[in-house]
Amino acid sequence: MEVIKLKGTDDTPAIILDKENGIFEISGRSLPEDVTTFFEPVLNWLDDYQEEANDQTVFAFKLVYFNTASSKLILDILMKLEEMHENGKEVLIKWFFPDDDEDMEEAGEEYADIVDIPFEQVSYTM
Amino acid sequence: MDKSNVKGFLEFVYDFYRSMKAHEITLVYEGEITHQITKAFTSLTESNMAKQSEANSVQKKVFHVMVECLQNISKHADSFGSNDFIFAGRGIFMVSKGKNDYHVTTGNVIENDKIEELTEMLNHINSLDKEGLKELYKSQMKEGRLSEKGGAGLGFIDIARKTGKQLDFHFLPIDEGSSFFLLTSSIARNL
Repeated sequence: MEVIKLKGTDDTPAIILDKENGIFEISGRSLPEDVTTFFEPVLNWLDDYQEEANDQTVFAFKLVYFNTASSKLILDILMKLEEMHENGKEVLIKWFFPDDDEDMEEAGEEYADIVDIPFEQVSYTM
Repeated sequence: MDKSNVKGFLEFVYDFYRSMKAHEITLVYEGEITHQITKAFTSLTESNMAKQSEANSVQKKVFHVMVECLQNISKHADSFGSNDFIFAGRGIFMVSKGKNDYHVTTGNVIENDKIEELTEMLNHINSLDKEGLKELYKSQMKEGRLSEKGGAGLGFIDIARKTGKQLDFHFLPIDEGSSFFLLTSSIARNL
């Protein structure tokens, strides 16, 4: 499968989607000019991946900031992963948050409430 | 401009400057809000706050509120002007810094027939406590009425949540078809 590897910028997150090496990660800042267009390839990739998913998928979110427009797209990604989980694949979400950032921690809790999928909160020091 | 007009104009500039100082305005802009503008203003404000060693949590909140306010204007400000000059997606944007709070204020033109719905939404947000706002945010995100302009009121809910305060807003009439919508948010400096 094709690998998606995007370098982060000051308004778009870094993204790695690599089936072969089992790396699935979105990190950094997310406030793209056009969220739908920016995340479209990610959602399409996940659709393809779903067809031939690894036995286990650990998907990491390590965001330091995202705007409300991105929050909806993050939910879309999580819902795709939830679907995979429902179809019997092992999926784990790792939600990383800076240890002094309650808002980011809470955002993770909220997503964990919305989607029915194994969800792990991981704090780290920036 | 002839001599006396120049003098009058420059005096106006000085008055403008003094009035900005008096209101502790650190940034003011009128015009189209583009993505580039959003990036420039947020990074300018961020570096100013960092220089003044503002607490991290305050910096983050100001950043959040600025982005959502700017995006509200760029997505929702209605057009005004004659057929020759139609202006949409523009407005006034202001950041001021007091002793205890940062204030982020926006103003833009809105068509009168949208006022009722907007007022209802803002009043509803203001009627909710922390838990209620959280639930509303989650349900709006799930329903995802993002499509057309990518808003669904998430921005307003987020501002209320990040500031922990009510949204202060006001409408001033422009003409029979449109009004000026003003919104101001405060972020406490000493949390």
